[in-house]
Amino acid sequence: MDVIHSVAIIAVVSACTILIRAVPFLLFGGNRQVPETIHYLGKFLPEAIMATLVIYCLRNIEIMEGTHGFPELISVALVAILHLWKKNILISVGLGTICYMVLIQMIFT
Amino acid sequence: MLGYIFLGIAFGLMLQDAGYHFMWAFAISVVVYAGSMQFVMVTLLSGGASLFYTAIMTLFINGRHIFYGFSFIEKYRSMGKVYPYMVFSLTDETYSVLCRTKVPPEMNEKKVMFLISFFNQCYWIAGSVIGGLAGQLITFDSTGIDFSMTALFVAIVVEQWRESKSHIPATAGFLMSLLFLFVFGADRFILPSLLMSVIILIAARKHLDGKEAQMQDASCIRTEE
Repeated sequence: MDVIHSVAIIAVVSACTILIRAVPFLLFGGNRQVPETIHYLGKFLPEAIMATLVIYCLRNIEIMEGTHGFPELISVALVAILHLWKKNILISVGLGTICYMVLIQMIFT
Repeated sequence: MLGYIFLGIAFGLMLQDAGYHFMWAFAISVVVYAGSMQFVMVTLLSGGASLFYTAIMTLFINGRHIFYGFSFIEKYRSMGKVYPYMVFSLTDETYSVLCRTKVPPEMNEKKVMFLISFFNQCYWIAGSVIGGLAGQLITFDSTGIDFSMTALFVAIVVEQWRESKSHIPATAGFLMSLLFLFVFGADRFILPSLLMSVIILIAARKHLDGKEAQMQDASCIRTEE
């Protein structure tokens, strides 16, 4: 573990993250009106982004090899069902993660 | 929010597994504070990634946060002293909580919004530290704990799907990511799929604006009434 390099990585991630979050406020933070299109995208794009992030999380699954993505598929289905049923993030995320850990550590080894 | 504590614990555990003391988890959660990016960061740190690659990955993964800010420009402008902190702390979780929260008229809205943001970060920091400490004190096989990130996004999608009157945005996101994942592979599909989603949404604008008129609170439409 290289301490200086680790600190540098943290600093870069921090700076880039702050920059991203500040961009809309720097561009339209004065009294400038936010363009209609941007406003519209602010409403609907997050739904598309969240869907993309689910795929991002599952991007390394090899359908043809190893576990064929079964642990992921089963756990994702469990999270979705639990969330439709209980509507509680902690239950869905907690039980879904435990299910996945059990599957890959004990069943699909 | 308890989900944040759980995810924080998962992050702390992963970082501990990579050989970093819990104080690292604490420091990262204070200055970075970006859920999914922090998970990716564990792999960057343990792999000794270059700073350039780190910057690109961060801009890539956190790029979606730009769109959160646009929903809150009018609101945050009037927040006074805590304005910079509000901008800094606008994460996925905080965004979705702020969107869903309806502040009762008798309460001070600015104060409520600030406290939601602030406590969210406190939960996150507490979770990271607990995870890091737990990883040091007890040894157990934490393989697969990173699935908590996937589970979080799945739960958010389910919730948005249920509340939204139109499923065009989510469907566009799914189809475009699958398409570009297939075409460009796992390392380069996010940017093109997000760009295509933007184009599709702009094309579907008439339809969605019409739906919005009947919509109660799909995502963040209460910003400036």
